[in-house]
Amino acid sequence: MSAAAAPKGLFDCRDAYVRTVEELAVADERIVAVVNDSVGSSKLGAFRSRFPERLVNVGIAEQNMVGVGAGLANGGKIPFVSGASCFLSARALEQIKADCAYSHANVKLCGISSGVAYGELGATHHSIEDVAWLRAIDKLTVIVPADPWQTAEAIRAAAAYEGPVYVRISRMPVPELAREKAEFRIGKAEELREGSDLAIIANGTLVHHALAAAEALAAEGISARVVNMATVSPLDGEAIAAAAATGAIVTAEEGLAHGGLGGAVAEYCATHAPVRMRMLGFPGFLPTGSAAWLMDRFGLNAEGIAQAARELLAAKAR
Amino acid sequence: MIVAAGQGHPGGDLSATDIIASLYFDILRFDPAEPAAPGRDRFVMSKGHCTGALYTALAGAGYFPESELDTYLKPESRLNGHPNRTYLPGVETNTGPLGHGLPVAVGIAVAAQIDKADYRVFALTGDGELQEGSMWEAAMFAGHRGLGQLTVIVDRNGLQQGARTEDTNSLEPLADKWRAFGWDVVGVDGHDHAALLETFDTACAPRSKPLCIIASTHKGKGVSFMEDQAGWHHGVPNAEQYAQALAELEAEMAA
Repeated sequence: MSAAAAPKGLFDCRDAYVRTVEELAVADERIVAVVNDSVGSSKLGAFRSRFPERLVNVGIAEQNMVGVGAGLANGGKIPFVSGASCFLSARALEQIKADCAYSHANVKLCGISSGVAYGELGATHHSIEDVAWLRAIDKLTVIVPADPWQTAEAIRAAAAYEGPVYVRISRMPVPELAREKAEFRIGKAEELREGSDLAIIANGTLVHHALAAAEALAAEGISARVVNMATVSPLDGEAIAAAAATGAIVTAEEGLAHGGLGGAVAEYCATHAPVRMRMLGFPGFLPTGSAAWLMDRFGLNAEGIAQAARELLAAKAR
Repeated sequence: MIVAAGQGHPGGDLSATDIIASLYFDILRFDPAEPAAPGRDRFVMSKGHCTGALYTALAGAGYFPESELDTYLKPESRLNGHPNRTYLPGVETNTGPLGHGLPVAVGIAVAAQIDKADYRVFALTGDGELQEGSMWEAAMFAGHRGLGQLTVIVDRNGLQQGARTEDTNSLEPLADKWRAFGWDVVGVDGHDHAALLETFDTACAPRSKPLCIIASTHKGKGVSFMEDQAGWHHGVPNAEQYAQALAELEAEMAA
């Protein structure tokens, strides 16, 4: 599923990621890339050709990769540590916690091909737990960009921010969202569509589905607000409170809803703004199937979101 | 410190004390007034549980007042049970879980290599800690990159928390393992200051390979009832034991 193979009008966010890291590297020699043999899957081949001394390939060793990243930060570098998000987040979880977050090291962790992008390769290669695990770690910023523009913005913001950041980089084809390209700010959600009957809070690959769902709901006379909550930690409580004021929230993400974005929103609402909710995401280890099939099978598409919205509004009316 | 705090890791502190003291007072180039100076030598405490030894050295080196040692492990103290760089200047990275310090030290040495900087990186590991796989991931990569500015000191006291390393998951032949991973290896008596300084001078000379110093040590060194006793991995001396320990250590210093 390379960019070239992405359907017309759709993009592989890895391209925006590597383009931005290269741009940053030209301007700032502190930028280095650290990989676990993942030059190809992280699409960092061009970076390596351009900055051979600034690509550090530790081989297939994720714990060392993250520790080395923390060490490079200690040595004044701004390391972009890139690996398949399933391995980066799981194998190196303690390094992320202790060496990066607890040590407040200036490391940028880039989880590549997150969610269920690896489809048929199965649950070992799916990264649907990463957001739940990583948002539980104090002082670690967690960003799930929705499209190429936001991926590039998130990478720039991560580089400019002094501290540890995890950015989830999808390889699933997504459209460039049509919207005013306001400045991206860590911790600030983006309201993509106004609406008063309910709010859909989504991130990553689900945002364009949320917009399509809102469009379908509008045709039925339902006014749905759409919020792109790209930063899961720290959370934008103000945006959630505003969403809760509609009286109903549907969350949607390419990952576990329990503990992920859905869990984060639910925690906030339970303590600050109680509201009816539906949380869309994956339930756990998934059956064999392509990424696209898995998304449809578990209702992670426009129709699934719209249906959840209708059910929620029906329950609200009772 | 440990007596006042009522807890600690005295065995491992005492096996590492001579190594750490030699580094801080004779080898490392640093300015406590500028703990983040880019060109400073780095010391990474991979065996992060031995804060008794580390904090004493950091205080002695001028990073914070020695009087603060009395706050060890007390509520809100900067002297946590494991070192925290966001609390305390002079700490390079937060350690505690074993197997973390060496990868970070390797990353620092890679930064130095990229920048052609001349600072040196020392990491002190326990020997039991070498049972962690991440140490060998890091060792393999350091050998591959020829990180000549990196030195690892293995505090080879032969004991881990509950038993001898060789009875638990044996490390020997330890020197051969490091050599096979692309390192130079030397052995030293980890309680002989003159020998330690001579070995560290070797470490500071220009090298094309990382250096592993296997320091033969005794857990609880200098306190007769603690020496080589796995039971003193954790533990707090009572008043009588404390008085005896101090008397023994003072007698040795006077000798």
